[in-house]
Parts: sequence; C-alpha cells; structure tokens
Amino acid sequence: MKMKLATLALGAVMAAGPALADLTFSSLSYRTGPYAANGIPFADGYADYFTLLNERDGGIGGEKVNLVECETGYNTEKGVECYESTKGTGALVYQPLSTGITYQLIPKATADGIPVHSMGYGRTSAKNGSVFRNIFNYPANYWDGASIAIKHLLDLNGGDISGKRVALVYHNSAYGKEPIRTLEELAKKHGYELSLLPVDHPGQEQKSQWLQIRRERPDYVLMWGWGVMNQVAIQEAVNIRYPMENFIGIWWSGSENDVKPAGEGAHGYKALTFHNVGSDYPIFDDIKTHVVDKGLAAGAGDQIGTVLYNRGLYAAMLAAEAAKTAQELHGTATITPAQMRDGMEALSITEEKMAALGMPNFGPSFTVTCTNHGGDGYGAVAQWDAKAGSWSLITDYMQSDQDVLGPLIKEDSEAYAAENKIEEQKFCP
Amino acid sequence: MLYREAGDFKTSYTDDGQTFPIKFDRIGYYVALIVAFAIVPFVINDYWVNAIFLPFLIYAIAAIGLNVLVGYCGQVSLGTGGFMAVGAYACYKFMTGIDIWIGGVQYALPPINIFFSVILAGFVTAIVGVLFGLPSLRIKGFYLAVATLAAQFFLVWLFNKWSWTYNYSASGQISAPERGMFGVPVTGPNTEAWATYLFCLVFVVVLALIARNLTRGSVGRKWMAIRDMDIAAEIIGVDPLKAKLSAFAVSSFYVGIAGALFFSVYLGAVEVGEAFGIQKSFLVLFMVIIGGLGSIFGSFAGAAFLVLLPVLLKNVLVSGLGWPTDLAAHLEFMIVGALIVTFLILEPHGLAQLWRVIKEKLRLWPFPH
Repeated sequence: MKMKLATLALGAVMAAGPALADLTFSSLSYRTGPYAANGIPFADGYADYFTLLNERDGGIGGEKVNLVECETGYNTEKGVECYESTKGTGALVYQPLSTGITYQLIPKATADGIPVHSMGYGRTSAKNGSVFRNIFNYPANYWDGASIAIKHLLDLNGGDISGKRVALVYHNSAYGKEPIRTLEELAKKHGYELSLLPVDHPGQEQKSQWLQIRRERPDYVLMWGWGVMNQVAIQEAVNIRYPMENFIGIWWSGSENDVKPAGEGAHGYKALTFHNVGSDYPIFDDIKTHVVDKGLAAGAGDQIGTVLYNRGLYAAMLAAEAAKTAQELHGTATITPAQMRDGMEALSITEEKMAALGMPNFGPSFTVTCTNHGGDGYGAVAQWDAKAGSWSLITDYMQSDQDVLGPLIKEDSEAYAAENKIEEQKFCP
Repeated sequence: MLYREAGDFKTSYTDDGQTFPIKFDRIGYYVALIVAFAIVPFVINDYWVNAIFLPFLIYAIAAIGLNVLVGYCGQVSLGTGGFMAVGAYACYKFMTGIDIWIGGVQYALPPINIFFSVILAGFVTAIVGVLFGLPSLRIKGFYLAVATLAAQFFLVWLFNKWSWTYNYSASGQISAPERGMFGVPVTGPNTEAWATYLFCLVFVVVLALIARNLTRGSVGRKWMAIRDMDIAAEIIGVDPLKAKLSAFAVSSFYVGIAGALFFSVYLGAVEVGEAFGIQKSFLVLFMVIIGGLGSIFGSFAGAAFLVLLPVLLKNVLVSGLGWPTDLAAHLEFMIVGALIVTFLILEPHGLAQLWRVIKEKLRLWPFPH
C-alpha cells in the first residue's frame, strides 16, 4: 500500500509527454526481441515515408507530420501501454503490426473513435465495415492469402489438386490460426488433404515439425510464420532437403531477412505479397535525396528497398493518402481521428495515383467502401533468387476466391456483432 | 524520532496483536488507503490506469499468491503463468456462461456477474493448484520446481488445444465482453478509468488483508515451520499434507484471481501462449524474490519495481530525452538487470528487508546511541 505514494511520485516525470503536433501518426514498432528482424525494416519504411513527406512536400496538405514511435516488442502488455501513451498525443491511426495487439485494439479503438489499419494482418472479418466500423484491413487479408496460395497451387497443377497433401506450418497464436478455417473450407472445394503443424512462440524449436514433414513428405508446405520462426523454418526445410519451390510462405514470411540465413539452400522459396518488390521506383530517388542524404533515415538506414521496408513504405503511403482524402472530404488540414476514419473509408487507390506518387504499379488498385474495409483481395507470388539475392514476382496479381471467403467473413463478423451487440446496417446506407 | 514504539502503550492483547502494532505504520497504512480509495480515482486517466495502476495491482495479487507458496511455505513454483491462465479462462467461461454438452444437447448456465466470476475463477485455480501441488508431498526444491514447470507447459498446451475453453473461436483468443457492477462497466472497451481501478483495488486490499492475517495466524505458522524444516515441523505436530496443500490452494487462489483480472479487466483479450507463457512465471517469481520472500509488503514492492521501473525508464529515455526507442528498450533491460543484481548483492532478502533495516535506523534516528 505504501508503494502507492511512491507511484504517485513517479507521476511528475511521466506526465510530461510530447507537445501536440499538427498531424500525429503513431508507429507501434518493435526493434527488439524475437520479431525484431522483421519489425525493423517495416518501422524504417514507415518512418522514412513520413520524413520524405515532411522534407519534400512540407507534410500532408501543408501540415507537418509528427511520427510518434513506441516500442512494443510484439508484446501485448507493452502494446497497451503504447496505445494509451500515444492516444494522448492525438494519433490519427494505429498500425500495430501485430495480430495480437490488433485484437486488443479492435474494441478499445472503436470505443475511442480512432481507426486501426491492420494491413494484411489482424482480424480478417474486419473487412466487413458494417460491423467493424473503425477497423480497416485493405488491401488484402489472411484469408485472401490462403486462397491465393491455393490458387497458385491450382495453376501449377493445371487446375486440379485433389488428393494432394498440403501441410500448414503456423505460429501457434491468433495470427497463425487465422487461415485454418479458409484452408479447411478450400480443402472441401478442391479436395486436397490439409495437415496442421503448430509452432509455439517464438518459434526457434521446430525440429519435430520438420521431422514430421520429412516423414510424410507433403506435396506442398504453406507457412504462417513471423520473426525468428521464419529463418528457422526455412533452414529446417533446407536441412531435410524439402523442394523449396513447393514451400510457400504468407507475405509475413517472405523478406530478405528470412531467407538469407539459409544461404544458397533457400533458392526458389516462394512467398506471397500484395505489393511490388525491389527499389526500382522513382520514389526511392526522392528518398535518397530528401531522407538518406540529409542523414534523416530511420534506424540504421540499411533496409531501404527490402521487402518489409517497402511494405512499411506502402502502409505509410496508404495512411498519408487516407489523410489527404480526409482533408479534402472535410475541408480542413488539421484532421481528427474521426475524420481520418472517414478518409480511410473513402480511400481509392488507382494506378494514376500511385504513378503520381512515384510508385507506379507498386500495388493493386482498390477502393474502400463503407461495407468493404478490406479491398479486393489481390495478391501475387514472389520467388527468392539466392544467387542474385533478390525477390521477383513470378505471377500477376490474382484475386482470392471471393465465393468461399464472402460467406466466411459474413459468418465471423456476424458472430462478433452478436457477441458485442453491434447493430449492423446502422452505419452503412 | 519519527518512527518509534516508545510511548505507544497497549493495554489489551487485541491491541497488541493488531496488524500494524506501531502507530506510525498504522497511520501510514490508513493514509495509503485513503489516498488509494478517495483521491486516486478522481485524478487518474486512461494512461495511468492501463499502463501503471492495473498492472501494478494485478501483479501485486499474483506476487502475494506466489509469496504464500514460495516465501512462507518454501515450495518453489514455476507454474504461475499456467495458473494465471486457469484463472483467466475460468473467468471467461463463467462470465460468458458455462456450456456443457451431454449427448449432443447443450446445457448452458447463465453468465455470472463479473465479481463472482473472478472469485469463482480463483476457486477453480485453487483446485487445479492443489492437483499440481500433490507432487510436493514427495519431492522438494529443484525437483518440485521442475514438476510445477510441467504444469506451466501442460496448462498452456491445454488452453491452446481444448477449444471448449475459448468458446470455439477461430483465432483461439478469448475476449472479455462488456460486464459490470451496479450498471458500471468494468470489462470491455467502454470502461471508465476509475471503475476498473477501484474494481481491482478492492480485490487487492481484501486479498492483502486476508493474506496478512493468514500468515500471522496458525496456518501461516505451520507453513513457515514446513519451510524452515519439514521434518522438525512434522515432529511438533504439523501435518505436511494439510500445510503444503493448503499453501498450494491459497497461493493458486490468489494467482487465479490475478489471472482473471489480468484477462478481463486489464488486457480484455488474451492468447494463452503469449500472455501466460513461462516468462510470466519467471516475472512473478522475480517480483517475489526482489520484493522479499515471506513478506506481504515485499510483494507490493517487487511488483512495483518490475512493473513501474520499465515504464518510468521508457518515459524518461524516450519521451524525456528523445532517444531512439530501440536504444531505450535495450538500455531498459540493462538498467533493470543491473539494478536487480545490485539490489540482491546489497540486500539478499529483498526490498522488504531494506525497508525493515530503514525502520530499525529510524527508531534510533537522530540519536544512534
């Protein structure tokens, strides 16, 4: 009980937060812990894009951007602390880059009226905007990813994969469990056999899973991994000489940091992606001039052009475009989180827009609507070339199987609505 | 001068046996209670409650619980995370209404009030704790630690595997729906800072009082006898079976309540592997060791040290000095680690012993002779 007094004494120090800036964005990043290898490039890309906007254009719509970074370590408790501390600074949108933290923020942020953009992660059924009013997961979600991976397998096998055996190696958490429903549903439709191999956090121990794969020799292995789990899985696959071209990771299991430790052996490993790879875009020249050369690059500045850096850049671009849309919509430069939400809901990304931003053909074009917060579910497959040390897209953007996903999303979001007593149709006309 | 028992006369055994026999302590205790109940609720905001007070209060309950087992009864346990998970999942089942399937027909209890759900979760955890405490009758020390470690891994595996415990949700996560007391929500997203704070505070105060009095009474003396020398204790008439299992039951009850509050009030949504992994067991054990084994005050001090120090460091380094977040996070580990080592070298019996030494000094101050 006496500590109460001491606790209060800490207050004087803690109450002093950063001053309110014009447009505040929060970056719940993780540069430490078992997921740092993937967290750092994303956070760097996210920060560099906003630095670029500040340096080149003077911010968004004339308002400077203030990026508040908070270290979560991929830990939900720290995520809560980060959310509460950045909420006070008036953060416009949250991108926690963690499915666990996203699940936590869904009810909280909705109650606080702050939008959350879980780009390619989080709760899949948040696509249904009439239930999840403040949550966005465009341009693609896990169920799209699962469906696109199966589509790719169908393409490889001339449209028939019945009787094939597909194994899913997944992070044993909400994140890794997300695709199971879809894969089971698709197994019914296409007739493949699905086997599930969970890997516990943080994923350094996978010997038994890969022994099982070695024994059963499934035709294809899909992976939902993150952080150190990716490197370990790819190395283990190399160790058992599993054919790498039959090993497909979700977009979170397909960065340079994941394949490089396995060296030459990782050649041919495939991963999904919902945006383009490489640094052959005009925007990277601007980043060099306005960010790197001025010594303003985030982190060590050595991640530019990597897959996850590009994804951070893409996430920041979508956030900035949504802020611009909100500014136009409400006719004010200093928008509030509620106006930001409207901007996200009215967001439309077209090829012309991306080209104007120096990112031609960087991602699929899509439009967000009140009922569809998840985009159209386009993704592509990238393959790792260990000799050249680069990723390259080997397919066009393809759309996920909306006939299967639509009902699943409806079912899951309706269950959430019933559980939390949300009236659908109230928000959307 | 400031702190002395001289002149503080007691005229009855009841007076002499009260919880805080020294007047200064007693006044401090009442002041702390008044501040906690009457002042803090009016001044806290969301940040204070979610980043500081809730974790502190909840970890304090868990630390008291583990202290009963490790500090008072001398049984080492590494299963705290698993037992917290039992509390959390039991609370979830109670607050959403337990469903039982018999022959394909579902029988469901109505959802139970959150306050009673938390208490019932404590009882469920107590039962589970006793089950996993049974090996303590045959093994002790490191061997018992390994047996409780098995409980930790088994329970986490169970809550990942057994879909009934998370109501068959696709993600395996449990999320607390909105529940409240007297029409005021204490779980779910629409809570007020003061409501969740007071809800947890009531549990902390009541449980700390019970723990304090349990450990001063015959039950606690039996635990301590077992801790100090189990064979001697048995010879003077302490039943090791009852003493050890009651320590496991009481300890797990506390840890279960901490787990239930951790899930329902503090986080709102948890995933068993992430929230109740082995690191949680170690964290609570560190709180107990740093705070002081066999001390209720030590449990609070240890919880405060390990919960508040990282938050304080983060705020000083990142918000105050504007350092990069990763540098601050790494420094945080180093500073907290160095402080733990320093504290334990200077005072191996923890912060509680440090406080005791200060009190001794205060009694003589300013005339040391």
